[in-house]
Amino acid sequence: MLEVDGLRMRYGATDVLHDVTLRAHRGEVLALLGPNGAGKTTTIEILEGFRLRSAGRVRVLGVDPADGDERWRARLGVVLQSWRDHGKWRVGELLAHLGEYYVPYSTAERQRPWDADELIAAVGLTEHAGQKIKTLSGGQRRRLDVAIGIVGRPEVLFLDEPTVGFDPAARYEFHALVQRLAADEGTTVLLTTHDLAEAGKLADRIMVLTAGRIVAAGTEAELTRQIAGQDEVRWTIDGRQFTESTGESTAFVRGLFNQYGESVAGLEVRRATLEDTYLTLVRESEVAR
Amino acid sequence: MTAIKTGWRRGLIELRQSFTNPGELFSHFLWPVLMLVALFFLRDRSFGSTGFALGALALPSILGMNAAMGMVSMSQQLTADREDGTLLRAKAIPNGMVGYLVSKVVSVAGGLLADLAILLIPGLLIIGGLAVDRPGAWLTLLWVLLLGLLATLPIGAILGSVFTSARSQGLMQLPVLGLIAISGIFYPVTALPTWLEWIAQLTPIYWLGLGMRSALLPGEAVAVEIGESWRHLETIGVLGVWAVLGLLLEPVVLRRMARRESGSTVAGRREKALQRLG
Repeated sequence: MLEVDGLRMRYGATDVLHDVTLRAHRGEVLALLGPNGAGKTTTIEILEGFRLRSAGRVRVLGVDPADGDERWRARLGVVLQSWRDHGKWRVGELLAHLGEYYVPYSTAERQRPWDADELIAAVGLTEHAGQKIKTLSGGQRRRLDVAIGIVGRPEVLFLDEPTVGFDPAARYEFHALVQRLAADEGTTVLLTTHDLAEAGKLADRIMVLTAGRIVAAGTEAELTRQIAGQDEVRWTIDGRQFTESTGESTAFVRGLFNQYGESVAGLEVRRATLEDTYLTLVRESEVAR
Repeated sequence: MTAIKTGWRRGLIELRQSFTNPGELFSHFLWPVLMLVALFFLRDRSFGSTGFALGALALPSILGMNAAMGMVSMSQQLTADREDGTLLRAKAIPNGMVGYLVSKVVSVAGGLLADLAILLIPGLLIIGGLAVDRPGAWLTLLWVLLLGLLATLPIGAILGSVFTSARSQGLMQLPVLGLIAISGIFYPVTALPTWLEWIAQLTPIYWLGLGMRSALLPGEAVAVEIGESWRHLETIGVLGVWAVLGLLLEPVVLRRMARRESGSTVAGRREKALQRLG
């Protein structure tokens, strides 16, 4: 579904993407996680065919996005970071209109477009279907953007920071929607986020992008193991407080007891979380820059 | 094919929107009403010693000018749609750009026709001395209008692609106003110095005005025109050249512009606009 090898992007003399490589198969949810300015949007725009790359091999649904035609475009869904278009249109009217463009691309296994009313219900906007778009709140507007992104029942869906400005309830519903798309429709999803919890919750695999490089990739558990953050061990001896960071906390504690025996007190071992791991990665790449 | 039909429907929806919201409704009526007031006061004046009523000369000319203004609204709408991401949305959808362009032609041309009717119908009641009781008048009006739209709308789309912000669009208004001033709309062009007369005759505005006058004025009124002729062949020639140039350039310019649109360019423009406000 998605194949990217050695992708590079250069503006003038600066490289904003170095050698990005990624794969995603049908129905997989891939998160591109990284701080602002890491190159997430640039990557996703190249895959959407909105930006020409400097080097590397890119295939989306087997087609190079640089020469993707309308048939190819009909199989994609795109949700950009910020959109404030069609303010005068009503929610239902716009979804029905944009859906019409997908009618010629309907197939037996994928009926295109998605019925406007059903879709509005799926993103929880039924009450607002007759409302003018410019009167929607930020979160409602974002849900509409997602609805527009999936109106053509895409095989590949790109979501650029989809949940910015969502309240927790909206975020929860959105996550359920994405999971449903991947599971029921077999939609491959590539989403960018700088929210680690979101990436962990939604994605089958996470790619950590910092300063234009993929510095780690894998499932949440793999990532934590792969770049094992240091566990923190705290203890006291004779009322004095000690702290030690170590990758081998179990062995360290055994050593501690061997040496000091029963005088060790107040022992605490805090395991590295993915959050620590992520922050370490981001910090390291920032130092390198 | 679907995209053209969908674009057509989109144009009609936009047209309906523009006639159902108070702000735009106001602007649809503002200019025609101002013009009609001006015509009302001109109705007893005549042009120099010719004895032709100035109001009768002005009404068709104003119609011609309004038709040429389709160029400006096309260009403004394109710039606005680029700024807010409408165009990018069209780009993200299969055949969306085709549908978008069809819809723009439908909504701009449709809005224009409505505006013309808003001016023409009451105008005919206020102003005497127009020769509208012959079918030829309406036929001429129709072909001049169609050719005029063909000549001006593509140019408008090109201008809209070249100017990147609503702000730079404002700059375009000045030369357009200048051209209107010298285009024989409010006063016959023969009253101007020859060099200005020549500049005026390069613009579609002049020829649209002339064509409208030829449609709606009685035959004797031709006396105030250059060469005392309606010059239909020249009208077709000049408007035709503009149309061909526009239609040839438009796809190239638009494709270039659309290729550069991406989420970050829209976001960048948005940030700039916010900075100006803040």
